Amino acid sequence: MNEIPLWASESFWKKMAIWVTAGSFLILVVLTMDSLTKTSAGSQRVPAYSVINKKIDYQYNNVSHKFMPIIGENEFLFGKEFTDEEARQLVDLGKKTTQAKNCMNCHTLLGNGAYYAPDLTKAWLDKGWISKEIREDMMVKFLMDPENNARTFGSNRKMPNLKITEQEAKGIIAFLKWMSSIDTNGFPYNFKTINAEE
Amino acid sequence: MNTSGLNKVIENTNALCEKSRICRNTFKAWVQLDSNNLSDGQQLAVKYFTVAVILFFAQILFGMLAATQFIYPSFLYEILDFSVNRMIHINAMIIWMLYGFIGCVYWFLEDESGTEIVGLKLGNIAFWLLTSAVTVVVLVYLLVQIGPGKDSSLWFINEGREYIEAPRWADIGIVVVMLIFFYNVVATFSKGKWSGIAGVLTLDLVALAGLYVAGMFYMTNITHEQYWWWWVIHLWVEATWEVLVGVIMAWSLMKLLGVRRKIIQTWLYIEVALMFGSGILGLGHHYFWIGTPEYWLTIGGFFSALEPIPLVAMVVHAVYDSGTHAFKNGNHPALAWIIAQAFGNFFGAGVWGFMHTLPQINMFTHGTQWSASHGHLAFFGAYATINIAFFYLAIQHWRGDVWMGGGSQNAWRWKWALGLLNGGVLGMTIALLIAGYEQSFIERAIEGSTWAGYFTAQNHPSFQSAMIWRLFFGGITFAGFILLVWDLLTIGKGETRKALMIVEN
Repeated sequence: MNEIPLWASESFWKKMAIWVTAGSFLILVVLTMDSLTKTSAGSQRVPAYSVINKKIDYQYNNVSHKFMPIIGENEFLFGKEFTDEEARQLVDLGKKTTQAKNCMNCHTLLGNGAYYAPDLTKAWLDKGWISKEIREDMMVKFLMDPENNARTFGSNRKMPNLKITEQEAKGIIAFLKWMSSIDTNGFPYNFKTINAEE
Repeated sequence: MNTSGLNKVIENTNALCEKSRICRNTFKAWVQLDSNNLSDGQQLAVKYFTVAVILFFAQILFGMLAATQFIYPSFLYEILDFSVNRMIHINAMIIWMLYGFIGCVYWFLEDESGTEIVGLKLGNIAFWLLTSAVTVVVLVYLLVQIGPGKDSSLWFINEGREYIEAPRWADIGIVVVMLIFFYNVVATFSKGKWSGIAGVLTLDLVALAGLYVAGMFYMTNITHEQYWWWWVIHLWVEATWEVLVGVIMAWSLMKLLGVRRKIIQTWLYIEVALMFGSGILGLGHHYFWIGTPEYWLTIGGFFSALEPIPLVAMVVHAVYDSGTHAFKNGNHPALAWIIAQAFGNFFGAGVWGFMHTLPQINMFTHGTQWSASHGHLAFFGAYATINIAFFYLAIQHWRGDVWMGGGSQNAWRWKWALGLLNGGVLGMTIALLIAGYEQSFIERAIEGSTWAGYFTAQNHPSFQSAMIWRLFFGGITFAGFILLVWDLLTIGKGETRKALMIVEN
């Protein structure tokens, strides 16, 4: 039998390859436009940068069966209420600093990066900062001089001194606070925040 | 003015140049490679291969430094921190593989198109441009490392985004080099003849170059930033790179085993359909937890679960073709590495990827050593192997198509190199998988991913011992690499028998 059936022929699979690729790509483009709209800063999933003026928590939602960020009443950062533009600038400085200091090659952000140091997704809410009263001060000091304010949890792993200025440290903290308010579909699961009662 | 100091410097420089010239000549006399055996395009290709091997070395070296820091955190602390070592480890990998791929394409471009490379001079300029840029980038990584939180740091030092850390100026350079490469491919095929392989390659390179641009923008909104970042990373390594490997594999099987073009090209189209059909929307498995809408859990979970299918097809393809041709081929090491590619790709990218791709599982494995385990086996299995196979094809031709079949002299070297490299990477993969399981369990499931939970998992004896095993197998990999380089430089030296001629059947 020398006849090649259609489904095994070169030309059939050539067309198939083209149509499947083009179709998948088209769907991706449509979904991308939708996703970008639904995740712009100020959307329900990704709050506006001025959320740094608010209290943020992360709790289990019984209706959706997942952990979700809870945005509460005013809780100013560094005792100051930021305007929308000021908040954007501060978060922007923080984000840029995390890139310039290469944070992602030790830490993970939203779970992406390297695995030598803890995840930063909900770092703002971590119990490691002991209490809300001393959290901001502790974070600034840690970022500016991690060697002498080391938080190694018995691992001997210390963050190196990255020559972070005070303003950059404040920017990073604002960025972390803002990032903790993003709806990450319940990741990480079962995270107990600094607000939770023991 | 004191000129004696200056004279001394000039004298020393001259002496140094002379010394390196002598070293070079001694090396050339020892290695006995005759470049007259290579066409112009192939001479360009081996330049790329040479740099690829050097960067492969850098990848392993810096990986071992970073692995050591997991065990001794004070090792090179504040000199070469983990972040620097790890960055060079993964960047060297991405770049050496790209060098390898470009080399592979230049290697077969003339053969496949039936004509000489159109912009050979341009190709050479692009090679030196890319190589100098890579050198500068690595020196800045090592010596400057970080900068202040300003745009200038992202432009000139480090963009701080995993895998594509290269500063913006280098990004632009990479795009220019890719455009030159793309021009050479298209213009050469246009001048000579087109084929199915040529068509797939061209379209794939358009996507590959175009996607890189998606990663060249700074954004404050981390959700958007990671959204585009994955466009580059995922659509490169889980789509366009895989297709590129399919193309290289197709040509290699034709040359090595003499598989008929019609069969090869039909397979290639099937692979493209399956690869892009699953891989493009499979991108969604990176959009589970970065703030993007919930529908990605379904789409990403479903399509990425299909991603292993084309890899199964590739295994069937390679093994079936080898079997029907009774493994009769002219280059045993190359075919062995191609078979290693088929299985490595299937297990590393396919099985290891599938194991943690469903969102219900990924919730607990995301951001743990699971990813590192998958990454090690997948990158090695899918991409390092095919490049190494090509290095063997290249060296055989460079030596004047000498015998590399059964009964070759010193065949133990390539066999041991193959065993040590595959065994080493597999060992690291298993060690990291154990560490990943432990992290998922203790840090994620029990402790709820707090910082205290993270360190509880890191300090656990089973994690610690996994890190020791990983370093040990890193050493095995390194030994395999040394043997591989030694073998590549010496294989076929003094061999007088000609290679077995394989014809299409």
